[in-house]
Amino acid sequence: MLLELRDLHVEFRTRDGVAKAVDGVSYGVDAGETLAVLGESGSGKSVTAQAVMGILDSPPGRVTAGEVLFEGRDLLKLKEEERRKIRGAEMAMIFQDALSSLNPVLTVGDQLGEMFVVHRGMSKKDARSKAVELMDRVRIPAARERVRQYPHQFSGGMRQRIMIAMAMALEPKLIIADEPTTALDVTVQAQVMDLLAELQRELHMGLILITHDLGVVADVADKIAVMYAGRTVEKAPVHDLYKSPAHPYTRGLLDSVPRLDQKGRELYAIRGLPPSTTSVPPGCAFHPRCPLAQDVCRTDAPALHRVDEHRVSACHFWRESLDA
Amino acid sequence: MPEPILEVRGLVKHYPLTRGIVLRKQVGAVKAVDGVDFHLHRGETLGIVGESGCGKSTVAKMLVNLEKPTAGEIRYKGEDITRLSGKALKSVRRNIQMVFQDPYTSLNPRMTVGDIIGEAYDIHPEVAPKGDRRGRVQDLLDVVGLNPEYINRYPHQFSGGQRQRIGIARGLALRPEIIVADEPVSALDVSVQAQVINLMGRLQDEFDLSYIFIAHDLSIVRHISDRVGVMYLGRIVETGRDAEIYDHPTHPYTQALLSAVPVPDPEAREHRERIILAGDVPSPTNIPSGCRFRTRCWKAQERCALEVPALAVPAVFRTGSDPAAHDSACHFAQEPVRPV
Ligand SMILES: Nc1ncnc2c1ncn2[C@@H]1O[C@H](COP(=O)(O)OP(=O)(O)OP(=O)(O)O)[C@@H](O)[C@H]1O
Ligand SMILES: Nc1ncnc2c1ncn2[C@@H]1O[C@H](COP(=O)(O)OP(=O)(O)O)[C@@H](O)[C@H]1O
Ligand code: SF4
Ligand code: SF4
Ligand SMILES: [Mg+2]
Ligand SMILES: [Mg+2]
Repeated sequence: MLLELRDLHVEFRTRDGVAKAVDGVSYGVDAGETLAVLGESGSGKSVTAQAVMGILDSPPGRVTAGEVLFEGRDLLKLKEEERRKIRGAEMAMIFQDALSSLNPVLTVGDQLGEMFVVHRGMSKKDARSKAVELMDRVRIPAARERVRQYPHQFSGGMRQRIMIAMAMALEPKLIIADEPTTALDVTVQAQVMDLLAELQRELHMGLILITHDLGVVADVADKIAVMYAGRTVEKAPVHDLYKSPAHPYTRGLLDSVPRLDQKGRELYAIRGLPPSTTSVPPGCAFHPRCPLAQDVCRTDAPALHRVDEHRVSACHFWRESLDA
Repeated sequence: MPEPILEVRGLVKHYPLTRGIVLRKQVGAVKAVDGVDFHLHRGETLGIVGESGCGKSTVAKMLVNLEKPTAGEIRYKGEDITRLSGKALKSVRRNIQMVFQDPYTSLNPRMTVGDIIGEAYDIHPEVAPKGDRRGRVQDLLDVVGLNPEYINRYPHQFSGGQRQRIGIARGLALRPEIIVADEPVSALDVSVQAQVINLMGRLQDEFDLSYIFIAHDLSIVRHISDRVGVMYLGRIVETGRDAEIYDHPTHPYTQALLSAVPVPDPEAREHRERIILAGDVPSPTNIPSGCRFRTRCWKAQERCALEVPALAVPAVFRTGSDPAAHDSACHFAQEPVRPV
């Protein structure tokens, strides 16, 4: 495994008490592989990614348990200085909102070039031509001229491609893309996802794609980790998961998506709402919303059960879910 | 066919671009909406789709009189409401209400839910006499699936999906005939989206509502709409019944848009033929001559730069029951070679 998370826990101190934003997350990704992390808003997807990258907002955030193994080394045991060297060079992140993650007062060329100056000790001039090369590669037209422009002078789709260029700059082994296309229109989303997939193939990187879009996942993922209330509740190869989910929450998500090729009046809707991180229900966190819940679900938290060689599900009744 | 409840003709909204502070000189215009036509029947849902910035919200704002059109007509039951004022306007406005996209910012954080929903009764006391209001508001909360006891709570005490229900209750307060919903579920998670969509469907049946449903998510629009209009750079470029648009699109832009929608089925990915559009949407200050889509169209020819294609049934399809025979503003309208 290129990256492997083992039972990661992250807490935030808030006025309402301790928020267990990440409460037992395990997933892994290999070189050349795409893992999609799926889950509703607030389920802990981004906080997990921040913990992996070492950019957690702390305090108030704190990793309280677990391991983040990158090529076998637990990153959580490294000094900040060592982590900084890994960030950018070995693993990089792409954020949802490119405009606020790019520096508005520096030209795009300076920001791209800086990667090479800092990590590779290049001269400014060489770094500049590297920047042009990268912009070409992510298909920004007239890269030689536009390298001198500022982020706000680019469209949303172009800015997201510049973020990709920046993440790719040092050819890292792992990329974490956090909702990279959520703010974009479908046509632009298709351009950006295409580019990301192509570069991943070329560089044989591991890609973690965080999203709540089941369509995007079906298009690009090799395997999926589903999160609910801070936990991984199901892990499976993409085809198996769509064919027969082994967790009722996954099934509910799949059923509630309107599809272009199907039309009916009533959509399936998961009842109720996701819990707040400061008051997660006891037992299985999904039980107040689950159509298969039994008494045991209200008291006993389900372990990750092995469904088959490649799949696990955190549900007491995963067999029933498979058949549902 | 009975007369449509709403009919829009040649609707235009240009925002002037000016330069200079003392001597303000107009140097151009943002052509946000640039000649839109459509109609809506009672009890029907018209979906409007298109990329960000194509003018969807501007159309919505003109329909509910939050913006004045630069030109064009909005006919409500045959009467052009853009010419009305005073009392006549007030009574028409009651019948066309809006539900906004963002459940986080469209509700005043300092007002209770009861005041937010009941606010409209201050302007239209004839709908609910003073003593009756609290009960009315509680009924509305119940109708949209919220606990009537929440009447004294504030917006921040609700989740996104619940806030959108409050927005819908507010839209229903005056018992309108038409609801203009601008991206009502875009800010919501999938599972909550489904709850709100189902609620809107139920309310439509119960109150015989007509909907203009604006969204950029094509799957949701298909799910809820009877007819669909596809917008590009301030104009509707193709319109028809939902199956005509989704299964028999003839405009290249619609075809590209549909092919870009990710299908939630991994089995489909090998068999899909994608049209990846090059480049970005041109600026609405500088709309291409002829066909406005031509700068991104892979079928564009010389004629496309010279002649504006009209939104009409293309001559090649004028054979009655052919599902491809619907309005499409393209000189070379054609069904896709492979099914999209
Ligand atoms: N700096 C912080 N202080 C306190 N709580 C935080 C902080 N950052 C995140 N959280 C909480 O952690 C939980 C998980 O957040 P996270 O952003 O990872 O969710 P997510 O699944 O990625 O959601 P979204 O899809 O909305 O981005 C949320 O309840 C969030 O409010
Ligand atoms: N008040 C305004 N002044 C100038 N331009 C505007 C104004 N409102 C909207 N626009 C422009 O009009 C175009 C269409 O906007 P809008 O209707 O909001 O699109 P959509 O809702 O489809 O995203 C955009 O280019 C937008 O920037
Ligand atoms: S453990 Fe029980 S409540 Fe939880 S998902 Fe499974 S059946 Fe539902
Ligand atoms: S009129 Fe020409 S440019 Fe416009 S959509 Fe048709 S083929 Fe393309
Ligand atoms: Mg997030
Ligand atoms: Mg809008």
